[in-house]
This record gives sequence, C-alpha cells and structure tokens, in this order.
Amino acid sequence: MQFQQQPAQQADSLDLMVNMGPQHPSTHGVFRLVIWIDGERIVRAEPHIGYLHRGSEKLCEGEQYGQIITLFDRLDYVSNLNCELAFCLTVEKLMGLEVPDRASCIRVVLCELNRIASHMLFYGVFGLDAGAMTPILYGFRERERVQSLFERVTGARMMHNYIRVGGVKEDLPSDFAERLGELTALLRAGIDECDELLTNNELFLSRTKGVGAIGGSEGVDYGLSGPSLRAAGVAEDVRVSEPYSIYDRFDYGIPVGTYGDCFDRYYVRMEEMRQSLRIVDQAMEQMEPGPVSAKVRRIARPPKGEAYLRTESPRGDFGVYLVSDGSDKPYRVKVRAPSFANLQALQRLLRGAYVADAVVILGSIDIVLGEVDR
Amino acid sequence: MALSSLLPEVYSDLDIEIGAALDEVVVTVRPSDVSAACRIAKDDPRLAFDYLRCLSVVDYVDRLEVVYHLFSLGRLHRLVIKAAAPPDSPRVPSVVSVWKGADWFEREAHDLFGVVFEGHPNPAPLLLYEGFEGHPGLKSFPFHEYDEW
Amino acid sequence: MEIARGVIPLTPVSSRSSREGGRGGSGGNTPADSIFDQVLPNAVVARSSELFALGRKSSLWTLSFGLACCAIEMMSTHMSHHDLDRFGVVTWPSPRQSDVMIVAGTVVKKMAEPIKLLYEQMPDPKWVIAMGSCATNGGPYYRSYSVVMGVDHLIPVDVYVPGCPPRPEALMYGIMQLQEKISEDARARGEASKA
Ligand code: SF4
Repeated sequence: MQFQQQPAQQADSLDLMVNMGPQHPSTHGVFRLVIWIDGERIVRAEPHIGYLHRGSEKLCEGEQYGQIITLFDRLDYVSNLNCELAFCLTVEKLMGLEVPDRASCIRVVLCELNRIASHMLFYGVFGLDAGAMTPILYGFRERERVQSLFERVTGARMMHNYIRVGGVKEDLPSDFAERLGELTALLRAGIDECDELLTNNELFLSRTKGVGAIGGSEGVDYGLSGPSLRAAGVAEDVRVSEPYSIYDRFDYGIPVGTYGDCFDRYYVRMEEMRQSLRIVDQAMEQMEPGPVSAKVRRIARPPKGEAYLRTESPRGDFGVYLVSDGSDKPYRVKVRAPSFANLQALQRLLRGAYVADAVVILGSIDIVLGEVDR
Repeated sequence: MALSSLLPEVYSDLDIEIGAALDEVVVTVRPSDVSAACRIAKDDPRLAFDYLRCLSVVDYVDRLEVVYHLFSLGRLHRLVIKAAAPPDSPRVPSVVSVWKGADWFEREAHDLFGVVFEGHPNPAPLLLYEGFEGHPGLKSFPFHEYDEW
Repeated sequence: MEIARGVIPLTPVSSRSSREGGRGGSGGNTPADSIFDQVLPNAVVARSSELFALGRKSSLWTLSFGLACCAIEMMSTHMSHHDLDRFGVVTWPSPRQSDVMIVAGTVVKKMAEPIKLLYEQMPDPKWVIAMGSCATNGGPYYRSYSVVMGVDHLIPVDVYVPGCPPRPEALMYGIMQLQEKISEDARARGEASKA
C-alpha cells in the first residue's frame, strides 16, 4: 500500500473556497476552517481560531492560586485533572514543596483514568468523523463509567477542583479500591471491545490509512506533541523525557507509530489507554496510607521567581509558565496548550489531501478548543 | 552544568548574559539578536534545540520580555532565551523561519501584547476579533468590571 | 378561527386495516387490539394550537451547537447512558430544521455574530435553552474582556439551566420545563383568543 500523498496540482484561477464553521458538527467546537480546493484536492487551508477565547491567562492574574485551579479545569475540559495537575505541580515547583507520597499516587491514578476518558471521547468522535455512528455510543459508555468514579471521589463529573497545591483536597472514599477494581476490569474489556469494533473495519481502514501523513522531524518542527507526534515515529513522552510527579517509578510502554497518518494517530491512542491501565494498577499497589496534603498555608504565596513545567496531557505537551512576584496572585500565567500547537500543523496536513478527508484529519489530531483559544 | 559552560563558546559572537531560574539555564540576549540566537541554538550540533516548547511574553511594565523555552529531543536538555523589548515600540525578529511552530505563538503574542515580530509571514489577528481595541495581555489593560447585579 | 377547525376525525384503525385487506389472520400485535380503540372514542377534540404544541414538544430537534465544556455534558446527555432520544429530542446539525438551540458553553464576543445569525436561520417557532452559568451570565469568566455576559444579551432565552457544567439530569429537567412551557403557552394563547 502506498502511504504517499500526491502533491496537489497548482491551479490558482479555478480554486474554489469552502468555509467550514464556526458552527459545524465536525469541528469539535467552535472552530472555523477555510479551504481552497481544486477539484477534489485541497490546495490551501486556513484555520481561524479565537471563537472561544475567554482570556483565561489574563483572568489568572486577578485570582489567588487556589482559585486558579478552577480556571485550569476549564482549559482542556476533556481531561480536567491533567490540567489541574500541571498547574499545581508548577506552583509546587516554584515553592519547592514536597508532596506526600499518597497524594502523588492518587493524582497519578486519577490522571491516568482521565486520560482514558479523554481518549474514549476521541475514539467516539473520530469514529463519527470517519462515518461510523456506533463507536461514539461505546466510547461514551466507557467515559460515563470513569466519570461516575470521579464523581464518587471528587464530587463532580467534570470540573473537579480536586488536586490542590500541596496535595489533593481530601482522601479517597473508603470503597475506592473496590470500585476501581470493578472499573478497570470493565475498562479492560471495554477497550478491547472498542478496538475490535472499529480498528479492523475495512471502511475505516481505507478512510484513515495513508491519510494526512506527516514525518517525525517535520512534526517536531511544527511543534506537534503527544500522540500526534508519537504516531510519526518519535518516541517522545514528557512522562519519560522529563519525568514529573512520580512517573519515573512505573513500568509502562510508549506506543509509537510508523507512518504518522490518521490511522497511526488513532491506534497510538488505543494502545495508550492500555498502558494507562498498567500505570493505574502499579500506582494502586504503591499507595500507602498517609497524609494527602503537605502542610501549606491556605493561601499559597510562592516566592518571587518563575517556573516552567511541562506535563503529558492526553493531547500532548501541556506546559505552564508561571511568574510570581511574591504575592498571593501570580504575575503572569502562560499556558502552552498542546492542541494549540498541534492545530498549526493542520495547514500542512491538509495540503494535498482530498476534501472528503479534511474532517478525518482534523478529528485525528484531537483538538479541544478550550485550550486552543484559552 | 555542562550546558551553561558550553554557552559562552557557542554564543561568542553575541552579547549574552547567562543566568538561571530554578532548574533552567537562562540566556538573555538583545531583542535584535533573537533570531540569530535561536538559529544557532537550533543548528549547532552541541545544542540541537529542535523543539520550541513555548513562546511567551511577560509584561514587566518597564519592559516586555519575550521568553522562548527550548528543548532538545535528541540531547534531552533545555534552555530559556529571553529578550527584553522596550514597551513603547516592542519589535523582535520573527523565528518562524527557525521553527515553523512559532507561527501561531507569535501571532498570539502580537494580539495580546502588541509585540511586532518582524518578518512574520502572516501577522493577522488570531484570537481577537476584528476591530478589538488595545492589547488585553498588558498590565495596563483593565479587567472587565461587572456591576450589573 | 382555530377552534372551528379543531375537530380531527381519526379513521378507526380496525376499519382501515380491513379496508387495506389486512395482514391476514389475527396473530401478533394486531391493531384491532389497540387499547385506544377500547377506551377512547375515535375522535379527539382539541384546540388546534394545543394539538400542534403537543406535536412540537414531543419532537424537539436541537441544533447541535457545542461551544465549550458544557457541550461535553450535552453530548453525554445525548449518548447511550442518559439517552435524550426518549424525550423526542434529536440533535440536528443544521439550523434550518431545528426547533431548539441549546447554547452550551461560553459565548465569546467573536462568536456573537454567528450566534445571532444561527438564531435567525432557525424557522419559527423556536426556543433557546441557555445551558450553564457561562451562557446564563458569564459564569467563571465574568471579569473577562472577551466574554459576553450571558447569551440573553444577544437572543431571547426560554429556559436557563444553572450549573458549571449542569449535570445531564439538569439538562433533561430543563428540556422538560421547556416542553411544559410550550404547552402552557399554547393553552394561554387559546384562552386569550376565546376571551
Ligand atoms: S458554565 Fe462552566 S462548564 Fe459550562 S461552558 Fe461555562 S465554564 Fe464551561
């Protein structure tokens, strides 16, 4: 099978402009894409963002550190706990704070579950983009299971505000281990079922294999990260290359693709869910009773200075740059959102592709507009 | 650290200042040297910073600091390049030719802080709508006060 | 005159099936056994506006229009676990065939014009549900420079669903409230025209 894309013919006089969005069911939110097509091929694509620009970074400057966690929840609203973790770790790094071991284990367990929930949403929506209606129902079934466990722990289905500076809000409920055991068994079976349902489907394969391919070094140049970069054959995972929290303690694999096409991007995520379950199991084994929060003042006041920390969110390299002036409010918060950087590569991915594949390619990089626009 | 001893040699042509912030090595350059410094950081095989982690702007009122966080996937080391631009006419050369990924980061910085990236191929507004007045990232831009209760 | 046209004779189901030659035999779920034939007369007298309202409220097509985080909960509501279909609510991608717009998420000033346009593209009668605190009054972003403080600054809203994000159950309750509102409105209009 050929995985190369034919270069587009350069015809400028007869190009047809097609506008998609900002309200379009396949743009995963409010995102506008303008493409110029020549026959069936896309010659140029221009994404327009900013339809969800809420000014979160500016708002952070007016809130105390504890209050900002709620704003981070709402950045990448599909993997809320991962965003909370990134912010809290950055503040802790600036303060030089040691987090109790139990708190770190709890964080890891919940973040990896959140990664599965996020990939399950991707799985469903990507199936829908490729023209399959059923996967989304299965994907949401699994997601719902994870969410009900989160609700038991944090009290909320989506916006948890559970990870705090110095630890977590409170200890796990007493029946957590039991419930988690049930959940992981269900998830294991569920992931396999989802995998079987879609991965070997002939239609799905021909819509995704060889579509929207990008090479590894080019991907790095565009700032791709996370599953989208790993699909292109670059074994880069922040959990391994710059370990944060306690990720250096676990044994897990990093799935890496070969061709960097839509199918690889999809399958890397499917494999990642299995690896996440391995991490969850190990973290549960290592969890010892103990305190769940370090001794911190109610209102955190990090010293003057700056810190940058990156974490591996389900979409890639989620970085937080924090500048403090010693008061209870940060001087500047900058979020390096993985979807933002990944979306830049869309122009390159779409060039030369068939117009019918545009939606599949957009779906395969799995953007969340909340963090693209911030 | 090996990196900080390497830097004076690599950057012998430029006027730089080497510092540190927590665990990062910080190189401060003149704003006009930014793109040269970045080009060297990427192309020099001893540094090989092929990945732009983040590009941010911080408004310190007396200066606008443009901050580049770099990372090398091959060598697994990291570097911060900073340049302080004057707040009345902040101009910094664009680094899109070095890392393509800098494109939207620069457009965003232009939107929110008014930093002009010279040589940027498409300096159109990105996040804000047409006709937005001012640069909301700046400290002088007020919060929206809501007293309609 | 609405009331004069209000009598809608329904053809008895049993006679229809015999006229069409029937399906032969009486096995299975034959229409003649229908409980409605036994307890109800085969004619229903109702005010046409109320009858239409009944139809409208039982088949609300919502414009699938996710803006932000609330959209994820809206999708959850539509999906397997909560299954909004059982209220007759179907999500539809085009404004031209939709009845209800669920504004699920933060309304940003850049998005204001498209939202107005979408609302105007929807055919009458149309309703709007503001889902979440952002669409209600700006929510957590009330100090932001780029957020519209509630979608009611742009378009009229019928039902507000509080929460950040509202649980799927809350959205369902909001939809039930809207259904009630539709029939209440029709009844009130009928009363007004009689008086
Ligand atoms: S109300 Fe809350 S959950 Fe809904 S869009 Fe606004 S911030 Fe997101």
